[in-house]
Amino acid sequence: MPILEFNNVSKVYNGATRALTDVTFSVNEGEFVSIIGPSGSGKSTILRCINRLVDATQGQIMFDGHDILKAKKAELRKIRTKAGMIFQHFNLVNRLSVVENVLHGRLGYKSTIDGMIGSYSEQEKENAFKIIKKLGLTDQAYKRCDELSGGQKQRVGIARSIMQDPRLILCDEPIASLDPSSAKVIMDHLANINKTMKITCIVNLHQVDVAMKYAGRIIGITAGRIVYDGPPELLTKDKIYEIYQSHEGDLITDVG
Amino acid sequence: MASEKKLKQKISVFVERKRTFTCAFVGIMALFTLASIVTDFSIIEGIVSIPKSIVWIVNNLVPDEKSWSKMPRILAKLTETALLSIAVTVCAGICAFLFSLLGTRTNGITTLSGRLVRIVAAFFRNVPDVVWAMLLLFSFGQNVLTGFFALFFTTFGMLTRTFIETIDEVSAECVEAITSTGADYMQTVFQAIVPSSMPEIITWVLFMIETNIRASTLIGVLTATGIGYAFDMYYKRLDYGAASLVVISIVVLVIGIELISNQIRKVIM
Amino acid sequence: MSELVVLSDHSSVHDLHEYMLKTSDGKIKTATINKSRIAVKLTICILFALTAVAFISFDYESINFIESVAATWNNMKVLFGQPKLTFNSFAGAMHALLITFSLGVLSTIFGALIAFFGALLCAKNIADPHSANFIKSIVAFIRAVPTILWVLIFTVAAGLGSVAAVVGLTFHSVAYLIKAYSESIEEMDMGVIEALKASGASYWQIVFQAIIPSSISYMIAWTFLRFEINFTNAIAVGAAAGAGGIGYDLFMAGSFYFDLRELGFITYIVVIAVIMLEMVATRIKARVR
Repeated sequence: MPILEFNNVSKVYNGATRALTDVTFSVNEGEFVSIIGPSGSGKSTILRCINRLVDATQGQIMFDGHDILKAKKAELRKIRTKAGMIFQHFNLVNRLSVVENVLHGRLGYKSTIDGMIGSYSEQEKENAFKIIKKLGLTDQAYKRCDELSGGQKQRVGIARSIMQDPRLILCDEPIASLDPSSAKVIMDHLANINKTMKITCIVNLHQVDVAMKYAGRIIGITAGRIVYDGPPELLTKDKIYEIYQSHEGDLITDVG
Repeated sequence: MASEKKLKQKISVFVERKRTFTCAFVGIMALFTLASIVTDFSIIEGIVSIPKSIVWIVNNLVPDEKSWSKMPRILAKLTETALLSIAVTVCAGICAFLFSLLGTRTNGITTLSGRLVRIVAAFFRNVPDVVWAMLLLFSFGQNVLTGFFALFFTTFGMLTRTFIETIDEVSAECVEAITSTGADYMQTVFQAIVPSSMPEIITWVLFMIETNIRASTLIGVLTATGIGYAFDMYYKRLDYGAASLVVISIVVLVIGIELISNQIRKVIM
Repeated sequence: MSELVVLSDHSSVHDLHEYMLKTSDGKIKTATINKSRIAVKLTICILFALTAVAFISFDYESINFIESVAATWNNMKVLFGQPKLTFNSFAGAMHALLITFSLGVLSTIFGALIAFFGALLCAKNIADPHSANFIKSIVAFIRAVPTILWVLIFTVAAGLGSVAAVVGLTFHSVAYLIKAYSESIEEMDMGVIEALKASGASYWQIVFQAIIPSSISYMIAWTFLRFEINFTNAIAVGAAAGAGGIGYDLFMAGSFYFDLRELGFITYIVVIAVIMLEMVATRIKARVR
């Protein structure tokens, strides 16, 4: 059974803007999928429909056997804990320490009161440190997040997601704000997590070459519709132009 | 010829600028004249009164020996005003924070509640504190609570709007992230919104405390409470020495609070 | 509730202890003490404590709280629900509004004029530090004296009438606008000034040909914003210092005629005027940003 299924999903904002039209695809557990497409094509919308930060207007989304669109509050919390998410702008609570931000990944499992006051068990804190060590952040563990570099912040974001013990990690342009070396570190971490911890990864990317290098499967989306769904080997230059609605020489990947 | 055309263009820019300048000048002069007529304001009288006033102030608004004996009373009123200002701002701040949570785009319940919150805040913000004071005089009389509630409503309205802006600006991103981990509403408030917006909230509270000290001086004149009443009383009795002491002590208090606020702001940011 | 998964790893827990800090009773810390957190907690505690002190120290003068609240609620219903002019006429109220408006206009014009020259002496990038500090101290002093006191002082010193009100209101105008104008000047591109200086322009030429054109839009925006505040101040001062205008009518309705309905009608006039001004101000603020 695939871990994620989109069946004829559409999303219309404010009754006017069509963000997604009739999107259908499924993802098996353990896959590393990259979604590519021009700005505004619906990449972010797809990710946010999965954990219902955005509600799809039509269609059905099945995640780990749950019909997401029908889930009520308590079930929705459980579903969200199974899907971690990392963001282009890291979205950390900047004034809190790295440890505190990582522990936020447990909030979905905790009672309201425990979560409010930030009371975590010793086991949870140890696990947090294990993850922090795995991502190479032990020296920064007690620093405030606004004292970190971009690459370090994104690693905290990844640590927070792993803390949720998720089946799936959603990555919304995770390297768009990073320099090339930090970007490689992040993508390597994601690849490692995907391989060793068997966590499915769905990554939005602008950089087609990065997508082709790391992903086992590429989904190309244009104006809310899927125009390509397959392995990177079969992604021809013409297909790329079709996805980005451009011609030879218009894309930065054509340079050089 | 081309150069002639260019010259004409350049000159037209200057002509246009001169025209705008002249229009603005004439407009302001017209506004000034109209306003002066309506208010029966004479610019000559105004200019003449400045040196006259300075002389009068220097001669009369100075504390003499008798005034210093009134100092304890003045200090008592000053403390009352300061404490009132702090109490009003803290209470209004707590209410405003809770109310603003309903109104933020970030974490609010619905957009309908958001709009309602903003309308209510606008109502409380725009009804002048003078009106509240007049209204409360009927039911509370010349009591310290009159001043308290008069300032409370206006401060509540202002802080609600400010907090909504702060929360939307500062917390929106991390609220999205923490919601995606499965946290519920209360957890998001305490683990995302509160830590990220607290420094700015405290800054605004300190700013409103300072503003409210000055506002409560005015309300005090109307409601016969606090330091405003002290000034009004001495002034009407022509006891200008004591009145000057009141002014000096207010200045010291306000500047003191400003310095403390600046220090606090430097540390907490 | 999912069971907590104990992550198995190559390294043992012992290695981690190098990095984990513990509290005195052996629990793992999640954050270290830093100045910022202490300051936040301390400030909040002190503010709460002072609030408690305030409530304890107030002299409530044998007031029946419940009764007063009930009376307030009833009065509010009359004030907002049954507005009616009795002692004043609508034309009279409009005239009073115009007076208040004009007081605001005058104090803003004077404030802007004086503040312009003050800002030239105060902006960090064109003024010398001594004069800048001097002006800043004067501004701090002016701001510390509440507007009502300025007006009351001048009411005796300069005599009753609009002169006292306008002069009194101008003080805070000047203080506010000096800060606003000097910040606008500080944001401008120094290159222009350097270029003009290099070509031999005099001080006033630089002011009129470089500084004014660059910062004029910001200054105009700030001036409108200050006008909104001056209008509200004029109402308050009209009420408390008898300076005339709609504020004075408010005061009369409440403390002289004791007529809640008239007070309500005038309140509506004031609120509508203030809201309209605020809408204009918000639009201006959006443009400048």
